[in-house]
Amino acid sequence: MDPLKIAGKTFRSRLFVGTGKFASGEAMRQAVDASGTEMVTVALRRVDFQRPDSNILSFLDFSKYQFLPNTSGARDAEEAVRIARLCRAASGETWLKLEVTPEPRYLLPDGKETLKAAEILIKEGFTVLPYIQADPILAKQLEEVGTVTVMPLGSPIGSNMGIRTRESIEIIIEQATVPVVVDAGIGAPSQAAEAMEMGADAVLVNTAIAVAGDPVQAATAFKLAVEAGHRARLANLGSPTKQAHASSPVDNILGHA
Amino acid sequence: MHVKLNGDQAELPDNSTITAVLLERNLKPEAIVIELNGDVLDRSKFGDTFLKEDDTIEIVHFVGGG
Repeated sequence: MDPLKIAGKTFRSRLFVGTGKFASGEAMRQAVDASGTEMVTVALRRVDFQRPDSNILSFLDFSKYQFLPNTSGARDAEEAVRIARLCRAASGETWLKLEVTPEPRYLLPDGKETLKAAEILIKEGFTVLPYIQADPILAKQLEEVGTVTVMPLGSPIGSNMGIRTRESIEIIIEQATVPVVVDAGIGAPSQAAEAMEMGADAVLVNTAIAVAGDPVQAATAFKLAVEAGHRARLANLGSPTKQAHASSPVDNILGHA
Repeated sequence: MHVKLNGDQAELPDNSTITAVLLERNLKPEAIVIELNGDVLDRSKFGDTFLKEDDTIEIVHFVGGG
């Protein structure tokens, strides 16, 4: 299957995985492994002095994956830039998932602040993957300032509601000149397949895998679904019609005149 | 001496270095990053940086996230 290129890096898997909300570091490691992913996201947080071992680096061999720190928690561009700089200092990594979410109930991204932060961070040499509402104008603006993908949401983070922004994502896919990664709200492998059939270049899934009763099974299902959805897109399927078109020949039917 | 550490008021011995603060809390320097008074502190300076009264220190690391 054709690999995906982002900022000159090649990915054979079009499923990206978040590492949050797993029951344990080991559960996370097994699910990430089962997913076949080649890119994982992490967050940056204050050390909890009562639990100094919550550091994720001890659970995953990051040489196997593209490391993608996120700016989760940032409520405006200034906070996002601050987190980004700390991420880079901590890891040496310039790749960054930019997310700016000022409102905690829906965790929707602030497009204006995301664009502002992207401009600053790109000038500082970051490789920016921005998380956005499925806003085709904003997607274009971010491309123009130099983000390496756009990442429109399907529905709110962790909601498992699936693709509720379909038509807008379709417009983004049609107009984008960078890879489009559907990120947030994907709750089932069928929804990941749906995104890929629409023409998304990849999907990012976290909650749906982490909170499943069997995260390894879920991760495997997502891996297969993303591949199936992408192959379906490559297969160039026929379009729906209102009327029927017979599957068996319409001539030489026994008993017909 | 009195400092702000990870958002909370804290008391540290006078002339503590960053290294000492980390050791006392069982934190490995390789796994964390420090912001001191708003600036990222280079890891090579942990042993030579002496904290002062009213310093604001953030000790952060990577955790699971989406």
